[in-house]
Amino acid sequence: MASKAVLQVSNVLKTFGGLKALNNLNLTIEEGTVHAIIGPNGAGKSTLLNVCIGQLTPDTGSVEFDGQNITGKSPHQISQQGISRVFQTPQIFEDLNIFQNVMIPALAQADGEFTFNPFKGLDQRKDVEQEALRIIDEMNLTSQMYDRAGAMSRGNKRRLELAMCLVQKPKLLLLDEPTAGMARADTNQTIEILKKIKASGMTKVIIEHDMNVVFSLADRVSVLAQGTIIAEGTPQEMRESELVKEAYLGGATI
Amino acid sequence: MAIFSAVVLSMPIWMSPFGAAYPDILQKFVIFGVFAIGYNILFGLTGYLSFGHAAFLGVGSYTAVWSFKLLSMNIIPAILLSVLMSGIFAVAMGYIALRRSGIYFSILTLAFAQMCYNLAYSVLTPITNGETGLQLAKSDPRIIDRLFSEAGEGLPSTTLFGIETSGYSGFYISAVIMILAFYVSLKIFNSSFGLKLKAIKSNQNRMRYLGFNTKPYLLTAFVISGMYAGLAGGLLAATDPLAGAERMQWTASGEVILMTILGGVGTLFGPLLGVIIIKYFENIFSAVNQVDLHSFYALLPDWLEDIMVAVSSMFVGEGWHLTLGLLFMFVVAFLPKGVLQGVEIGYKKISSYFSKSPTKSTKKADTGANHGE
Ligand SMILES: Nc1ncnc2c1ncn2[C@@H]1O[C@H](COP(=O)(O)OP(=O)(O)O)[C@@H](O)[C@H]1O
Ligand SMILES: [Mg+2]
Repeated sequence: MASKAVLQVSNVLKTFGGLKALNNLNLTIEEGTVHAIIGPNGAGKSTLLNVCIGQLTPDTGSVEFDGQNITGKSPHQISQQGISRVFQTPQIFEDLNIFQNVMIPALAQADGEFTFNPFKGLDQRKDVEQEALRIIDEMNLTSQMYDRAGAMSRGNKRRLELAMCLVQKPKLLLLDEPTAGMARADTNQTIEILKKIKASGMTKVIIEHDMNVVFSLADRVSVLAQGTIIAEGTPQEMRESELVKEAYLGGATI
Repeated sequence: MAIFSAVVLSMPIWMSPFGAAYPDILQKFVIFGVFAIGYNILFGLTGYLSFGHAAFLGVGSYTAVWSFKLLSMNIIPAILLSVLMSGIFAVAMGYIALRRSGIYFSILTLAFAQMCYNLAYSVLTPITNGETGLQLAKSDPRIIDRLFSEAGEGLPSTTLFGIETSGYSGFYISAVIMILAFYVSLKIFNSSFGLKLKAIKSNQNRMRYLGFNTKPYLLTAFVISGMYAGLAGGLLAATDPLAGAERMQWTASGEVILMTILGGVGTLFGPLLGVIIIKYFENIFSAVNQVDLHSFYALLPDWLEDIMVAVSSMFVGEGWHLTLGLLFMFVVAFLPKGVLQGVEIGYKKISSYFSKSPTKSTKKADTGANHGE
């Protein structure tokens, strides 16, 4: 397999006070794969994503995306380069309706980081609107399109956030526990959607506790504990690894 | 929009039953209308609460009076220059204040405006004429006017190509400008730009993670609303060519905040409603004096009359601000989205009462943008 690395995290250290949330972490995500990251609570999974999208700057080490060093760049620049993220707690525009929520990221694609066009009506953005409507339909949200996003169920909020990320057609999609706190039915629906977008060939990093989800989606699995990757391989290999069981059951010791 | 224009321009007619159909107050309605419409572009769309917009009002007035003194009594250059000058001030204030958000942003704008206010009274007196206020003088150069005619006897008055801009014509000129200003704000509210500003208000971090550089968006909104304030300041000077520093005081900023919130922040018509309510009641309440009160309560027994007068006088004349405070508390406590919301609720109740079938509530999450046209 001669595939190219989309994301390359090298020797990243991130400390909070005395706590090493990421401890010289190395990770390579290859193009077109679905890469799962698993690990106990507090292992540093979300922190890793925060570093990747520019929300946090690593103390040392670097992050390369698509051949470019993105360490220290601001979140909007990194997003414009093609990384989108679904957050562990949904980050949506609660005061706006679903349609508007999806229009915004679609506009980010069309307008870039800043465009001054205060008199160009929304009704003159039909191309952008069409793209937004298509994704809303794909996510089965059409019937609630004009509902206030903040009033939706948690499962729907997650689905909306996923729609917001997908409309951007990112090169790399980061998903932070997309099924956490979801009812079984919602989880299954999300798996179906994720399978569908897996077919599109978009590179994805997925943080997940639910092993069913991991095994049905991931091509590769990395195990994160105490800020470092302690094991990496195919889902099958990880399932059989003693090290992984230990990390989950009794805190990793390396 | 046509209806809106008709309503505004016919104000001298339908305001007369309220006793508010004289030019002075009508001018105030529309000029402060411009101020509030502009303020709403910042506060209503982005949620950034500025305590410094009075500074732009003052800058606009001073600029306009200087234009009357140096260039021409025509209001066109005066107004263009006041918009331009307040825009420059807004870039400076916005650039600094927008480094912070929330309460820190508000404090920075307040500090900036107070600085302008104090400068106007101290080192800048050559420009502002300090406490006396900046006034026209016979000896002013007025270069452009001099090209066309000799200086006349007495003080010239402000004009729009010969039409005097005080009195009713002043109202109509200001009203047309206010209608244009409203139209522009309608455009902004319904644009993709406006939607992005609403999204910044809702979740600025999300905007960043979606690839927007939020700073220039906020600065643009800030400068636009600053220019509206400058326009209002210019119009104040155009209808009454006099500028004083009290226009820059923080209470003037506070007033536009009250107007916007009272009417309904983030809605298109709310701020205008707020302006009319506040300016109307200010006019009535601050004019009432002890004698008026005694005649109002004349039918009561003397001892009760004295008590009533004593209590009421706290709320009128100088005490008008107390009334305003109570009114404001009432609205924020019971109608947090402003009087316009109250009107809507009332309207729904009445209409569902008359048409026995329950009215379908429109399910738009965001009513603000849907009031247009
Ligand atoms: N902003 C922060 N400030 C201080 N400590 C943090 C911050 N973010 C995360 N941490 C700490 O870093 C560790 C890793 O957190 P996190 O990456 O959220 O774990 P995970 O997502 O794997 O559950 C935890 O101990 C957490 O308390
Ligand atoms: Mg986490």
